[in-house]
Amino acid sequence: MSERILMKGNEAIAEAAVRGGCRYFFGYPITPQNEIPEYMAKRLPEVGGAFIQAESEVAAINMVYGAAGAGGRAMTSSSSPGISLKQEGISYIAGAELPCVIVNMVRSGPGLGGIQPSQGDYFQSVKGGGHGDYRMLVYGPSSIQEAVNIIYKAFDKADEYRIPVMILGDGVLGQMMEPVALPDAIDVSALPKKEWATDGTKSGAERRIINSLYIEADVLEGMNNKFKALYEKLKAETAHETYLADDAEIILTAFGITARIAKSAVDLLREQCVKAGLIRPITLYPFPSDVYAKYAAKKNVKKFVTLELNLGQMVEDVRLAVNGKKPVEFYGRSGGNIMTPEEVVREILKRI
Amino acid sequence: MTEKIIIAGFGGQGVLSLGQFLAYSAMYENKEVTWLPSYGPEMRGGTANCSLVISDKAVASPLIETPDCLIALNKPSLDKFINNVKVGGTVIINSSIIKEKIERTDVNAIYLEANEIAQKAGSVKAANVVVLGAYVAASKLFPKESVKGTIAKIFKKKPNVIPMNLEAFELGYAAI
Amino acid sequence: MQQVFKKSSLLTDTPFHYCPGCTHGIAHRLTAEAIEELGGNQGVIGIAPVGCAVFAYNYFNCDIQQAAHGRAPAVATGIRRVCPDKIIFVYQGDGDLASIGMAETVHAAARGENITVIFINNAIYGMTGGQMAPTTLIGQKSTTSPAGRTAELQGSPIRVSEMLATLDGAAYIARVSLHDLKSVIAAKKAIKKAFDYQVAKKGFSMVEVLSTCPTNWGMSSEASMDYVKNEMTKVYPLGTFKEIGL
Repeated sequence: MSERILMKGNEAIAEAAVRGGCRYFFGYPITPQNEIPEYMAKRLPEVGGAFIQAESEVAAINMVYGAAGAGGRAMTSSSSPGISLKQEGISYIAGAELPCVIVNMVRSGPGLGGIQPSQGDYFQSVKGGGHGDYRMLVYGPSSIQEAVNIIYKAFDKADEYRIPVMILGDGVLGQMMEPVALPDAIDVSALPKKEWATDGTKSGAERRIINSLYIEADVLEGMNNKFKALYEKLKAETAHETYLADDAEIILTAFGITARIAKSAVDLLREQCVKAGLIRPITLYPFPSDVYAKYAAKKNVKKFVTLELNLGQMVEDVRLAVNGKKPVEFYGRSGGNIMTPEEVVREILKRI
Repeated sequence: MTEKIIIAGFGGQGVLSLGQFLAYSAMYENKEVTWLPSYGPEMRGGTANCSLVISDKAVASPLIETPDCLIALNKPSLDKFINNVKVGGTVIINSSIIKEKIERTDVNAIYLEANEIAQKAGSVKAANVVVLGAYVAASKLFPKESVKGTIAKIFKKKPNVIPMNLEAFELGYAAI
Repeated sequence: MQQVFKKSSLLTDTPFHYCPGCTHGIAHRLTAEAIEELGGNQGVIGIAPVGCAVFAYNYFNCDIQQAAHGRAPAVATGIRRVCPDKIIFVYQGDGDLASIGMAETVHAAARGENITVIFINNAIYGMTGGQMAPTTLIGQKSTTSPAGRTAELQGSPIRVSEMLATLDGAAYIARVSLHDLKSVIAAKKAIKKAFDYQVAKKGFSMVEVLSTCPTNWGMSSEASMDYVKNEMTKVYPLGTFKEIGL
């Protein structure tokens, strides 16, 4: 770790990706993530990598497919409408068992929506936004430092599971500046060779095929079951944070930037002698269901309130995890509006 | 200690960079800080603002509803944020541009002829650094010399503008 | 005994699944032979499309990626960045290349991607069952132009080679046919030349191959060959449209 420097979220994420071994970036301009491709355009040639501004989001994700399939550490980033365009490619990447990293700096929708922060892409990210039965490893960092730490390791995770990894950020995380300590760059030449990669070095019986087409139902079902087992194994990556939750009567729960707001709200509520606490999922898939189940079983917990910048998406996963044991309520803002800690406090006080 | 500051004005007045000066100053003083700009077409349309939260502990929310301090460099920004300022908070007003006095009496209003002072230092472009000086003097949040060191660090690549900005900072500091 | 012919080592022993009279098999063989004749041992990576050639990975004896419909040139672009010195070829049909994947095709050519595209133009969607392609001829019937294509209703066929030849990134663009022995020999020469351009790192090369689809055209194999010769070449003249020099 180096000394702390002040960096914009998008730029810090890009630099941490490079230090984590990213060498190939394919992107297309869209607000509010433009600093990522701009940074990569300058940075990647310095480390012997390549940047391409693709003709579309569709082309960009398919360039990721090609580069990842050839064994490179490849990445793309975009914001909501652009991520929608990438869904076909993401499904193929998942189906072809390719590792890659995708950053979504979410803006408000639907449609062209707005450019202000949102968490409206939660469903799309954790339920498989493209066609078919697949999942990604999805992280919802709530600070720039956390985003840096996550993306630095994301390429290792992607390679380990041969799975697309998504960082689900938002406009605030991308545009904000915070002090960060950047990890040291890894030595990419020391990374293990990917024997499955189509790098043109094998032919005949040893040749490699990157493919997601399985025309025989039984063969494809075999693949589907293989994915099921993989997603089961992925549960080892589940991560969360709790804050003042142990004696809490009311548990706020939120991810990403909303979790920071919720944390402030917890402090303000505690000042008013309201026993509030927080559960913050760090991985959105796999979802830390066990943690919710644990707190739902506690006598002191009266209810959960899920806070999101959307009309209510993660709240469904919270309800599944709480499984009817305690009430799970929801408060959200949308359209690019962001709730403030004081606003959350007012909402919570109405509910107790 | 947690200090929440909103800085607002026209694009081109150095609103965002004034925020960054403060953010760097906070970081070099080993404090936690978040700097959050308004972004998108809004910033191209003329007005710009940024929110700074400076704290001894990790900053929970980078968003500000009730700032401890508002730095308003033009009238629309003052009108937009004045009623949000915490009772007992501070409002720094660039009176070179804003001719009216504020109606609120429950805040500490500081009127600063930032443009004229900056002109004395050498360029009206340094008006934001004049305001920085005034803020540092008024808030007593950071040691003066530390902020001057920050200014020198930030302009490392343009060393010829450092003396003028330090002068602007001193004049702003002295104006309080 | 003297051996006068052998199958290219770049093809597997898997029998082609293509219909009788279809020219995909010939195009596969010419592609494999042309790469083999380059000599050297650079290594080869192919990109299979979506369409009748979707199973190309079963036939070409090299590393292969199967791409989403139309996206093969983008996939090839990604591979090229990781593997700067390998032979990379893209094999696409007319729906894949000129309809859903037109943007990827045009921009790969515009960037001068150092890849070779084998473009099978048989004026119809084969795998999905004979729908109209962007290259379907005026008057030609398909399941989605049952009365025959008209310029008024469906627009006119796209001449991809002529269009791409206008781009600075294109190094070599030619249109060939496979309707008789002479044209097959000419096609082989053009494909070989396209790969020569790639080996010389000159930029984007493409050979458009006029091909048959007896099944979806509702013709015999022989009539299909005649259709290519007499009708298709009128709309799609054979020749070299771009050749910047090796």
